[in-house]
Amino acid sequence: MKITRRTALQGTAGAFALGLSGFNFDFTKAEAQAPNVKRGGTLNFAISAEAPHYDPHASDTYATLHFAAPFYSTLLRFNLSKFPSVEGDLAQSWTVAPDLMTYTFKLHPNVKFADGTAFTSADVKATYDRLRDPPQGVVSTRKPTFADIGSIETPDPLTIIFKMKAVNAAMLEHFASPWNVIYSAKDLAENPAGPRTKINGTGPFVFVEHVKGSHVAGKKNDNYFKKGMPYLDGFKGIFTLQAAAMLNAVQGGQVLGEFRGISPAERDRLVQAMGDKIRIEEDSWTLNLLVCFNVTKKPFDDVRVRKALLMAIDRWGGSVGLSKISTLRAVGGVLRPGSPYATPEAELVKLPGFSKDIKKSREEAKKLLKEAGQENLKFVLWNRNLAMPYTPAGVFLVDQWRQIGVEVEHKQSDTGPYLATMNAGNHDVAIDFSNLFMDDSSLALSKYLSLSRAPENRSRSTDPELDKLYDDHIRERDPEKRKALIRAFEKRVFEQGYQQPILWWHRIVPTHKALMGWKMSPSHNLGQQLEDVWINT
Amino acid sequence: MLRYTINRVLLAIPTLIGVAVLVFFLLRVVPGDIVEIKLRGDGGSVTQETIELERKRLGLDRPLVVQFGEWMVNMAKFDFGTSMWTERPVVTEIAIRLELSLQVAIMATIIAVLLAIPMGTLAALFRDTWIDYLVRVLTIGGLSIPSFWFGMLIMLALLSFFNWLPPITFTPIYVDPVANLKQLIWPALAVGYRYCAVVARMIRSSLLEVLNEDYIRTARAKGVYERLVISRHALRNALLPAITVIGLEFTFLIGGLVVTEQVFNLNGIGQLFVQSVSRNDFTLIQGMVMLIAAFYVFVNLAIDLLYAVFDPRIRYGK
Repeated sequence: MKITRRTALQGTAGAFALGLSGFNFDFTKAEAQAPNVKRGGTLNFAISAEAPHYDPHASDTYATLHFAAPFYSTLLRFNLSKFPSVEGDLAQSWTVAPDLMTYTFKLHPNVKFADGTAFTSADVKATYDRLRDPPQGVVSTRKPTFADIGSIETPDPLTIIFKMKAVNAAMLEHFASPWNVIYSAKDLAENPAGPRTKINGTGPFVFVEHVKGSHVAGKKNDNYFKKGMPYLDGFKGIFTLQAAAMLNAVQGGQVLGEFRGISPAERDRLVQAMGDKIRIEEDSWTLNLLVCFNVTKKPFDDVRVRKALLMAIDRWGGSVGLSKISTLRAVGGVLRPGSPYATPEAELVKLPGFSKDIKKSREEAKKLLKEAGQENLKFVLWNRNLAMPYTPAGVFLVDQWRQIGVEVEHKQSDTGPYLATMNAGNHDVAIDFSNLFMDDSSLALSKYLSLSRAPENRSRSTDPELDKLYDDHIRERDPEKRKALIRAFEKRVFEQGYQQPILWWHRIVPTHKALMGWKMSPSHNLGQQLEDVWINT
Repeated sequence: MLRYTINRVLLAIPTLIGVAVLVFFLLRVVPGDIVEIKLRGDGGSVTQETIELERKRLGLDRPLVVQFGEWMVNMAKFDFGTSMWTERPVVTEIAIRLELSLQVAIMATIIAVLLAIPMGTLAALFRDTWIDYLVRVLTIGGLSIPSFWFGMLIMLALLSFFNWLPPITFTPIYVDPVANLKQLIWPALAVGYRYCAVVARMIRSSLLEVLNEDYIRTARAKGVYERLVISRHALRNALLPAITVIGLEFTFLIGGLVVTEQVFNLNGIGQLFVQSVSRNDFTLIQGMVMLIAAFYVFVNLAIDLLYAVFDPRIRYGK
């Protein structure tokens, strides 16, 4: 999917350039029906990891979202036919004040939770209160995103008003984030941590069962507020933890797709085996792997060491090789290459770690290590044990650093301990990831903010200059000035070398030709409600 | 016999207590903290206070002896506690997987025994003939080829030749026997082949040894039909060591099929074991270790009792 500047602006700055109001097609009045849609059937699809819990607010992994999204609704959502523009989900319409300080949403009437209770603005308020200020014992991964919300008002059951403390130009997109699913206020009052283990949403499907280690199943929500939807009678998300099992399942027809993404080699195997029965869709991916130095540990508190290690990585050469065997592909800065605010290649090659003259770069790297007294540097590279693409990325880095005389031990671990180790700051150097759901700069840049503001900054750096640049950029409405601030931010990040993208991912999604209505996007976090998906039997 | 059985059951109690002590205290010295993994693994900002609160809620802040004592008392009441990760009863977590793992183990045992006894017997009776060579090649193949790899070959063959694969979600046999067998026959074959090879080789060597015994020569000298010599005198005795192997292999299959389960996407005990170890889910690991230990103890007891059936000279309790 090629992203033009125009389409991107529809999503971000476009909100206030276009009269600051949104209008959504009212599904409750007119039955939504795509031409020739066939109703019924159960969709089996593969999920290559099992959700650790059911709460998307506290999650960073697609495993939770692919599991839970069909049961929930969000206030807004992305329109994948016109990505990255947003459309209403529970919001019927909305207005944004010209100064971007007030967002007013009118909600769909007659919406019910799966337990039969009526949905009102109080549920949205309770949800967003939990997101921005989680009670004791509750984790809200996206708490910093909503730090700019000053108050939330509910003048009537179908109206909700967000008043901001400060401008956040991307606020509308944050309201469309797939992670911010709406919970019942009653449920949250009873148990704020309840969504970890209990599902009660207003989405197109109703939770049936989660057989641990096997699958999650949902059935059609007969009371879904969008009349005529969903098209399916139900779905089953089957956990296929091994790529080989997943590929076999796709090839054998037990599942009609896997919506995260597969490697080029896996794609080729399916195409060769299945011919025209398989549909392959490809796109660049709003996801990158980063090399991340724990700056609280020696010698990674020394900028010379960090820069030397970054300069030793041949991203351009690596891109050619790794793109053949893994989901890694594009060289880019903090924003997805090709997206409106991304740094063009001509500018990127001037930044530390992105030079195309790798020989010269490595000579300089050796010099920096010598200056820092780290000529015989040894350390542990902490990595996730997901084969694709973490293992090839780790092997690649170990080899790159070996070429400047650095000895690295590559340690891989399950997702839970991997994240826990990094979040507790027990790593030396790690391969981290930046998992975005769109090309919004405030999302992408927030990972590099000081640790006190961004818990997902696993380099544990503190840099007030970066924080200021971020704040200035988030308040800036002029796209050109905003871009300049992003460039300044990126330059600072790479010069300090706290963490830096290795390569951006390339998304390849295989689906059977019988699967209809599912839409490809640059993020595997989007489009998983499955309400307009159907099976052409 | 009854007294012997009661004695063995009573002896199992200190054995299981020993296992309990070992697993409980060894788990506590292994690096890793479930609370850190559970809360910090989410990627959210979690304060040390929250970590401590969760540790307290799970009872991990109390002295180890107290925790151990409580666990033992609860186990005596058949309460195995709640998984620290999923917050569901350990018994429920295990039960979901045990049904599948047990069925695969039983089916693999049936396949192995049905094939191994004739193979091993024929190989011994026709020693150094083409039959023996064939059995030896097949059994060496079974021992050399890892079950998971054989499983992958089975899957690829099904895909390539029939464009078909077994179901990947489990249906209990009492719900839909056909769907159940369609799924589980293949992993049972994959592990049953190795199992069969082990047992067949054991029967062959054991039978060769028995066939040289004096009582076999005596039986033949008395003019007993060769068929009776083999089935009643030789095979019954030769089966004794094979029974031990069958029992041990069966118990191994309950929790030891991690990779094979992954190949067939089976939701078995092996996968659960790996997941709970990676999450440091103490209560679940303890529950599973105790389950497998209990299996070993009682399968061994069953083997010992079977000895008496096959060899009337063995009389327990006298």
